[in-house]
Amino acid sequence: MNTTRRFNPDRDVEEWTGATRPYDLLKEVTVCFLVVALLAIGLAILFSSPNDQAISLRTWANANPVDFAQTAITELDGTSASATYGPPYNNTPGVSQKLGPISLAELMGINEYVNPPTDFVLRPLETVRGDAQLTAALTQFNAAGTAQQASWEHAYEQAVSHATYIQGSVSVPSGPYGPVGSMVASLTQMAQSGALDTSMLNEASFFGTDYTRSLLFLSDGGYLSAKADAQHLSGDQWGMMNEVGNYPGQAWLWLYTMWYQVKPFSTSPNADVQVWALMMVLTVALILVPFIPGLRSIPRWSKVYRIIWREHYRSQS
Amino acid sequence: MSTLDASETQAEIDQQWTTRSRRALAKTFPYEKLLPDTQPSYLASWIYVFGALTIGALTMIILSGAILSIEGPTWWHTSSVGLFVNSIHLWSVELFFFFMVIHLWGKYFMGAWRGKRAMTWMSGAITFAISIAAGFTGYVSQTNFDSQWIATQAKDGINSTGAGAFFNVLNFGQMLMWHIVLLPAAVIVLVGIHILMVRRRGIVPPYADDSKEVAS
Repeated sequence: MNTTRRFNPDRDVEEWTGATRPYDLLKEVTVCFLVVALLAIGLAILFSSPNDQAISLRTWANANPVDFAQTAITELDGTSASATYGPPYNNTPGVSQKLGPISLAELMGINEYVNPPTDFVLRPLETVRGDAQLTAALTQFNAAGTAQQASWEHAYEQAVSHATYIQGSVSVPSGPYGPVGSMVASLTQMAQSGALDTSMLNEASFFGTDYTRSLLFLSDGGYLSAKADAQHLSGDQWGMMNEVGNYPGQAWLWLYTMWYQVKPFSTSPNADVQVWALMMVLTVALILVPFIPGLRSIPRWSKVYRIIWREHYRSQS
Repeated sequence: MSTLDASETQAEIDQQWTTRSRRALAKTFPYEKLLPDTQPSYLASWIYVFGALTIGALTMIILSGAILSIEGPTWWHTSSVGLFVNSIHLWSVELFFFFMVIHLWGKYFMGAWRGKRAMTWMSGAITFAISIAAGFTGYVSQTNFDSQWIATQAKDGINSTGAGAFFNVLNFGQMLMWHIVLLPAAVIVLVGIHILMVRRRGIVPPYADDSKEVAS
């Protein structure tokens, strides 16, 4: 059935039956490709691409062993950011961000179970052979009750906050921290030798491509973030759209990054999920522009099209 | 098994999925629309070039990415040739987004969804969103400091949405697969659909100033 409706200039057009002009589609596409190829090759020759070497646990433990030791104790006592992260890594209740009353992360659950005391400290240390002092320390620690372990960990965490790095080793003020001092010192040495990188990557099998644990451990420390801060990559520096040095990064993320710089998002404990929700709404709005009154009228109101089709309108007048 | 006569044979051919698909395609996409040699006279602006430039940049991304894949994801750290190809890949991506955003704004101000072209706009907008994901997974697959930092920062946003339950940005192997298989495939398919829609409906005519009744 053929019905009529009122012509809506933001939705309808009168299809063109006027003049045409010769147009070589394949030639245009080919020329465009060649222009882009020359541009990309030219930019690559002129500017190359950024490539700052990856930081390993070994790099970190050698460059800043005090920071490593201070982080390691928070992994052992379960107070690090990773240990208290919640889903998808572990089940710390009530810490996941909420969108209104709903925590989407909790709804989806745990995918990659990470237990920092075991995964980052105890299991790697248990792989060390031939170190009698470490073996004794681990035996003493494992035999102790939870309260005793927590007491040692707390004492060490207090002491290591005053640690210094002297003559190749971390010097921690003495205190009632039992075997924990030996354990963290061994873990630091293990990291400095590179053995911890291998241990954490190869937990599952000979081959490994999952760096979840290593990256979580790295991000719990201050070394990675200090380097990122120096490279203007932090969140409050519009970091998501930046790149090391003066290279352009993901500039197309400017809108996503911008929300983190302004209130209420910049001060919200649920900023991530709020910004993501907002961006999803905006993305859907972009996709549905043809159906959104007002938004689809702006081009007609703005008359920018008169610049684009200026020759057409000139010929019509 | 009985022998079919000519009319029965033709009737069977007419019912074949292959025959019906070919006829539908020929009707929807005649060669004159797929590979036109003329266009309406109003197609006379540099803004029209940016769609083709975007496709050119996408082609360069795929070619340079394919070369990078020959020797694997860490080749470019140890080879000057690899670094050069990676640089071409990076700059092609920057050009791709630059051209695509100009193309998008240009089409917005043309009201390019008018005249049953809404699906053309929507396929382009979805391609833009998927391309951002493709670019992101590339950034976290660089196997350098940048990828470490971006992954550890991005995890909080993605995990907060619940997507972390199946999309782990700290898992290099998973991100690389998304970057070189799933997301490029999605982008290529979407761009293909987008181009076919452009060819089917043609370039949107300029705004008219009058109002009138139209059939629907």
